[in-house]
Amino acid sequence: MIHDRSRTGNRIAVILLAVLAAVFLVPVVLVLINSFKSRLYIATDPFSLPDSTTFVGVQNYLTGLTAAGFPAAFGRSLFITVAGVALIVLGASMTAWYLVRVRTRLTRVLYYLFVFSMVVPFQMVMYTLTYVVGRLGLDTVLGIVPVYLGFGAGLSVFMFAGFIKGVPVTVEEAATIDGAGPLQTFFHVVFPILRPTAVTVAILNAMWIWNDYLLPYLVLGTRQKTVPVTIQIAMQGAYGATDLGGLMAMLVLAILPIMIFYLFGQRYIIKGVIAGAVKG
Amino acid sequence: METRTLRPWFAVFVLPTLAAFLVAFLIPFVMGLWLSFTRFTTVTDAAFVGLENYTAALADADFLRALGFTALFAAVAIVTVNLFAFSLALLLTRGLRGTNLFRSVFFLPNLIGGIVLGYIWNLLINGILGLWGVDITYAASYGFWGLVALTNWQLIGYMMVIYIAGLQNVPGELLEAASIDGAGAWTTLWRVKLPLVMPSVTICTFLTLTNAFKMFDQNLALTAGAPEGETRMLALDIYQTFYGRVGWQGVGQAKAVLFFLLVAGLALLQLRLTRRREVEG
Repeated sequence: MIHDRSRTGNRIAVILLAVLAAVFLVPVVLVLINSFKSRLYIATDPFSLPDSTTFVGVQNYLTGLTAAGFPAAFGRSLFITVAGVALIVLGASMTAWYLVRVRTRLTRVLYYLFVFSMVVPFQMVMYTLTYVVGRLGLDTVLGIVPVYLGFGAGLSVFMFAGFIKGVPVTVEEAATIDGAGPLQTFFHVVFPILRPTAVTVAILNAMWIWNDYLLPYLVLGTRQKTVPVTIQIAMQGAYGATDLGGLMAMLVLAILPIMIFYLFGQRYIIKGVIAGAVKG
Repeated sequence: METRTLRPWFAVFVLPTLAAFLVAFLIPFVMGLWLSFTRFTTVTDAAFVGLENYTAALADADFLRALGFTALFAAVAIVTVNLFAFSLALLLTRGLRGTNLFRSVFFLPNLIGGIVLGYIWNLLINGILGLWGVDITYAASYGFWGLVALTNWQLIGYMMVIYIAGLQNVPGELLEAASIDGAGAWTTLWRVKLPLVMPSVTICTFLTLTNAFKMFDQNLALTAGAPEGETRMLALDIYQTFYGRVGWQGVGQAKAVLFFLLVAGLALLQLRLTRRREVEG
């Protein structure tokens, strides 16, 4: 009897979950459907499927995207994300190792400064950061990469340091006795041990940099638009003049890399994103 | 590696990151603190004015309205997000078929960036409101509930994963003992599961709180403050004080410092509360 009841309960739960999951997917599916419709029919009737009058094939993906300069923006975003993540993983792991292993007053102060930066919201440094970065000529696609290292260092150093504190020094000392210098020891012995944390740090920063709007908007402006900046600028045009078809295509292509990424590394991504929040 | 051997390598291991950290964070932070006590239009023409910017910020109707809007939004978001997330976590820790697939779907929106999220919901909400011939900028309450819906969509899956981890840590013997003692599902939930996942509740409450207070991209993309700045949240108000009101940069920076103190205070409080729970547990 009890068994039967819980089985029915489970069936109802699965149906409920399936309905909820479908509801969760509605917003994304809606954008996908509308990206194949003519710009004229999107605002007036977003909920109907494309038919013979409204269907425009991949036209939005061709004309709408190129008109807004999306392909170049996509390339820029990709470059900044990949370079930024690589630099953060390298820089933060090296820094964290030094700060944990060399115990001086300076390293302690630096560690606390990095940790402190995690609780400071972007608006606090927004205006002055833009000024400093402009003065130093870092307001370029290449120059913004070290800016990401600087602003992302706090959380990443904190996460690496947390892991390194639990790694026994003996392995490293064995390498030193074998005649390895600090660089060899770090890259051949320490970094391989840090791999799980490196994956987490990489995922967390990749999500942040790919989706980031305000920093690239303030630093790179509208001359060198990234994907989120392109989308925001495209929508700021006079109402009605905005190419909604192109916008839908842009939204789809902004989400697509994340979806592909998610499909392959889902387990790591969920773990990584959660680790970042619970600690920060 | 021994301290003695590694110590001379500061320039290689720390300096590059430190230089970037100085440029992107520390120098702007100190400058920002200083500028909040000055009047300026460009950083170089700053003149000290004491606490004038702070009194102006605290007397600014826009700032206070944004604070009220943000606080109300945060309160509603905390209750709705956590209620939904915890319910889903309960359903997904029963070993049901398709659990992994459901978890993936619910988590997905969290990976989408704020600007993109905002425009997706803009399309959805305006599509629905369009049936009555209005759009999301028609009334502040539309923008408010639009932001609540968007935030729920974004954060439920995230908080759900934290709750699932918490529920999976509840010892099986405890649940068994409760069932032998004749406790029903409802009693088990209230007397056994909920007290044991309290650390997760604390974490999720604060995460929703800080997320709500720091929200910018979603606010900009969904309503941009319309109508009449009534749906402007704190971060957006600070932004518009800097870049939308000539001569108000000093006040904008003072608002930013107050905002920083508020957000940092919340973060520290969260840290202390979660630490204490861990000790008790």
